[in-house]
Amino acid sequence: MIGRGAVADLVMGARMAVTGGREGWTRALLTAVGVGIGVAMLLLATAVPGALDARQARGDARDDLRMGERVAAGPGTLLVHPVDIEFRGRPVRGRLVRPEGPAAPVPPGLTALPGPGEVVVSPALRRLLDSPAGPLFAPRLGGARVTGTIADEGLAGPHELAYYLGDDRLTDTSGATRLDRFGGGLPGEGLGPVLMLLVAVIFVVLLLPIAVFLGSAVRYGGERRDRRLAALRLVGADTTMVRRIAAGEAAAGALLGVAVGIGFLLAGRQLVPLVTLYDISVYASDIRPPTALLLAVVLAVPALAVLVAMLALRAVVVEPLGVTRRGTPVRRRLWWRLLLPAAGLAVLLPVAGLRDGDGGVTRWLVPAGAVLLLIGTVTLLPWLTDLLVRRLRGGPVPWQLAVRRVQLDSATSARLVNGIAVAVAGTIGLQMLFAGVAGDFTTASGQDTSRAQAQVQFRDQPDLARVLRQLGGAEGVTAATGTLSTGANVGSPDGPPVEIRVGDCAALAEFARLDRCADGDTFLVSDPGDPVAVPAGAMLTVEDGSRWRVPTTARTAQARPDPAGWLQNGVLVTPGAVGTRTLGPLRSTVYLRLDPAAPDAVEHVRNATAAIDLTTPVSVLSPTIESPKFADIRRGLAIGTVVTLVLIATSMLVGTLEQLRERRRLLAMLVAVGTRRSTLGWSVLWQTALPVGVGLVLAVGFGLGLGAALLRMVQAPVSIAWPVVGFSVGLGALTVLAVTGLSLPLLWRLTRADGLRTE
Amino acid sequence: MSAPLLVAEGLYRRFGETVALVDAALRIDEGEVVAVLGSSGSGKSTLLHCLAGIVRPDRGRIVFDGQDLVTMSDARRSALRRDAFGFVFQFGQLVPELTCLENVALPLRLARVPRRAAEQRAGQWLERLEVTEVAGKRPGEVSGGQGQRVAVARALVTRPRVIFADEPTGALDSLNGERVMRLLTEAARDTGAAVVLVTHEARVAAYSDREVVVRDGRTRNLEVAA
Amino acid sequence: MCIVLRMSIGQTFLGLLEATPRHGYDIKRRYDEHFGHARPVAYGQVYATLSRLLRGGLVEVEAVEPGEGPDRKRYAITEAGVTDVAQWLARPEQPEPYLQSVLYTKVVLALLTGRQAAELLDVQRAEHLRLMRDLTRRKRDGDLAEQLICDHALFHLEADLRWLELTTARLDELAAQVRR
Repeated sequence: MIGRGAVADLVMGARMAVTGGREGWTRALLTAVGVGIGVAMLLLATAVPGALDARQARGDARDDLRMGERVAAGPGTLLVHPVDIEFRGRPVRGRLVRPEGPAAPVPPGLTALPGPGEVVVSPALRRLLDSPAGPLFAPRLGGARVTGTIADEGLAGPHELAYYLGDDRLTDTSGATRLDRFGGGLPGEGLGPVLMLLVAVIFVVLLLPIAVFLGSAVRYGGERRDRRLAALRLVGADTTMVRRIAAGEAAAGALLGVAVGIGFLLAGRQLVPLVTLYDISVYASDIRPPTALLLAVVLAVPALAVLVAMLALRAVVVEPLGVTRRGTPVRRRLWWRLLLPAAGLAVLLPVAGLRDGDGGVTRWLVPAGAVLLLIGTVTLLPWLTDLLVRRLRGGPVPWQLAVRRVQLDSATSARLVNGIAVAVAGTIGLQMLFAGVAGDFTTASGQDTSRAQAQVQFRDQPDLARVLRQLGGAEGVTAATGTLSTGANVGSPDGPPVEIRVGDCAALAEFARLDRCADGDTFLVSDPGDPVAVPAGAMLTVEDGSRWRVPTTARTAQARPDPAGWLQNGVLVTPGAVGTRTLGPLRSTVYLRLDPAAPDAVEHVRNATAAIDLTTPVSVLSPTIESPKFADIRRGLAIGTVVTLVLIATSMLVGTLEQLRERRRLLAMLVAVGTRRSTLGWSVLWQTALPVGVGLVLAVGFGLGLGAALLRMVQAPVSIAWPVVGFSVGLGALTVLAVTGLSLPLLWRLTRADGLRTE
Repeated sequence: MSAPLLVAEGLYRRFGETVALVDAALRIDEGEVVAVLGSSGSGKSTLLHCLAGIVRPDRGRIVFDGQDLVTMSDARRSALRRDAFGFVFQFGQLVPELTCLENVALPLRLARVPRRAAEQRAGQWLERLEVTEVAGKRPGEVSGGQGQRVAVARALVTRPRVIFADEPTGALDSLNGERVMRLLTEAARDTGAAVVLVTHEARVAAYSDREVVVRDGRTRNLEVAA
Repeated sequence: MCIVLRMSIGQTFLGLLEATPRHGYDIKRRYDEHFGHARPVAYGQVYATLSRLLRGGLVEVEAVEPGEGPDRKRYAITEAGVTDVAQWLARPEQPEPYLQSVLYTKVVLALLTGRQAAELLDVQRAEHLRLMRDLTRRKRDGDLAEQLICDHALFHLEADLRWLELTTARLDELAAQVRR
């Protein structure tokens, strides 16, 4: 039961959190900002799935892909042709639409379908068109007039480039889809179990240090608080009252922090639409932490603060005349500290073969194991610090000062670097996993970018000469070769499929090694991995059913991968050897070389292509293909790690500054007896570097362990990613330097001679 | 009569609005123990800080052994404090992380004496000040009197020419205070060091050869008409 | 205490007269007000002292008013009297227990006569310290008994000095009261 006295104590503590002159305010502010940053990060993290869901929901509502289902033309149907192109690396979602009746469905975000020659664009695309870069994109709209803007509910995010273009030439035979409504298509491709694992572990790795950070943020000003509590004891507060006052103070500070955190989130939310991360942009209103989680954070953080304050009080005896640490530093026991990481490994190691199963249970086991393992770094760190530092002695004066300081209070030092250890361990583990599974997600495309940098394929475009003229004339294009092709079967329509490709000798040389070639020649090539014999003089059935006999003069040539990396079985024919009329509808394939000094060359190619056909995409050749989702996750992790480390560095800095302020008299005295300031500066550096070093040793060990366990789980070969280790250690060193560098001004100020006067 | 070891004349110093020293003057000869008396806030600590080259006066002249401390660079003054001066303060002067022995050895180590040699000499001084038993302990584990004797040992370990003691017994009871003063003055006389002793206690000042009174930042140098 | 008092009552009267010439009854009233707290001075003592001072040439009768009785005379200090007061004030008292009354008297008189009371205290402190140094030296060389005896004296002397310090710190307050 809480009596009136208890409430009064709590209120008194709460008042103490914010009063106490400039020092008091500084402390309250630091706590509030520290906790606020942590809370905002937590809330943001909890809001991310919701934001992505909202985005996904809008995507589903406008879905227009139909697999196999046929809709009969009627007054309520619409023909849609997707145009998924890019502009300067940003994806553009384009749709050509043609209503087949008055009741044709209208996509979300539009009030009416655009008529022929009209286009409705997203706000981002409108801004693009109005910008100086507009003329570089405009040709792709085929000269259509912009008649409207797509509303938010029709867009995935505020920065999406999208348009609906009215085109009355669309037919269901030209690749368009017939729809009677938008939405209701198949759900999008989800994240596979391995990606799910990655995302879950990333959340653990990023959120755990924040939790650790919160734990230390609520302890800002701990020493001063102890002294204040001692003063309260002196004027008659008993231990229970002191506890309640401390609890009130901690809770008030944390609540202030939660308020600040929510403020940060609300403010940060307004900035969110300005940002496009990995082609994903979301609306401010999408960032909405689930109420339950929001409540949980609002309650848990003050509770955590009170808990930490109580734990801290347990370690000391607050007496009227001051605060004494309870007993001499205990010899740290190892066994229970090993319990957590051991449990983590025990959970992780049996989980194998994740790649195959859907991982219903493992989805929870893996993050749980990772959490245990990572928390293990927190429990082991003080012990390891103790072990490594206990025997150190000697060395130069700054080193000696630092070592002794860490020896005297290894718990505080360890607390300062807990966050770093967790973050680095997690990062190493994850990056190892990435390096290990990168092979799964990054594939060699086989594309040869030395021969061509772009490829355009028209599905029905027999006038190759015009195509080559138009594309070859685009700005930044240095060379263009083209072929016409059609599919055929050897013998009957059910015979083995081959490709008939018509082009001049130079163009055909991209597909086979031709020793000599003149117009009128025919070559037979086959894919050595999947050979199909096409004898000279064979009869081929072309796609439209017409038949064509391979000239008997045809010679065999060795097939060569085309610039896009494909080997084909087929017949290469020079124009002189075939009358194109007998081969039915022909596709044209064009390879282009681009001027590397003209970065917009590909945009010009796209424009030239659009002038021929609005729906034809331009492929940019690249030697590797990285799964875009995987790339997003990897970049997200890198950014998250840096943000986390900045947070932790901030809390270390606050800790160091506070420590310096507490020791101002001692520092002034040391300078008085002639200590060089550089000596003191170095001792601050060592004092920071020493625990960070220990933390990194542990983090590297655990990170490699976590990485190995994760790799084993996805059945990838275990190898140590030294660059990742180097990167992490470098980040740690950078943190040390930043913290030391930023605390030097205060050190200089405190060691001015006036320091001796203040007492 | 030989030139005085340390002479200060016409010292002025203010901290913001507060005037700490007004035309203060002092001279100390070698081997002399001079008490600086005054109530709290009289400026006596500031005078000591100026004499020791910790605080630079706004105006005035301080000459130690022929060198003017006022115009000297910060680095030179630091070096001087390391090599020629020793300090004993009221409290908070021992580095809490270091053992008492290491604390005493600290000034030598700052002067680049190797650790082993420095700690050996430190040990001798601990013995001299009758606190050998605390050598391996940290300052937090020893009594006030022991800590203060460790501090005196540290002040003396570099064999300074002047020892500046600011209320060295301020935090001690009379018996411990007397012991510290006895050991301090005896050791100073033995090594020939001069002592500037800032105190507000007459019984402590009685260990001096001569006193200077500071009131409202002014010194009154009263040679007793004996 | 009264012995100490008698020793310095002459100088005290001189000090009171230095400010302005007074009648005998006025001197007594002033004396009682400032110094006679517990034990007002007797009239007989007043006139005996005044006649002693008169004999010594330290005071003179400035005016005699008509009528009967001893109170007709108004006394004034002479040059020699002023010098005597100055010397007395400047001379440190032999440090010894229960010195306060004399020192207090001196301080008040110094203030009344517009002299530097702080100076007086400094001089007295120097004298105290000289004795304390001797005692400290004796203590250092002596056996335990000697040390204890010296300590007793030292603590008393220190108490005197503390009182002196306090008085010094409150001189302004005292001056305001004395000159009222």
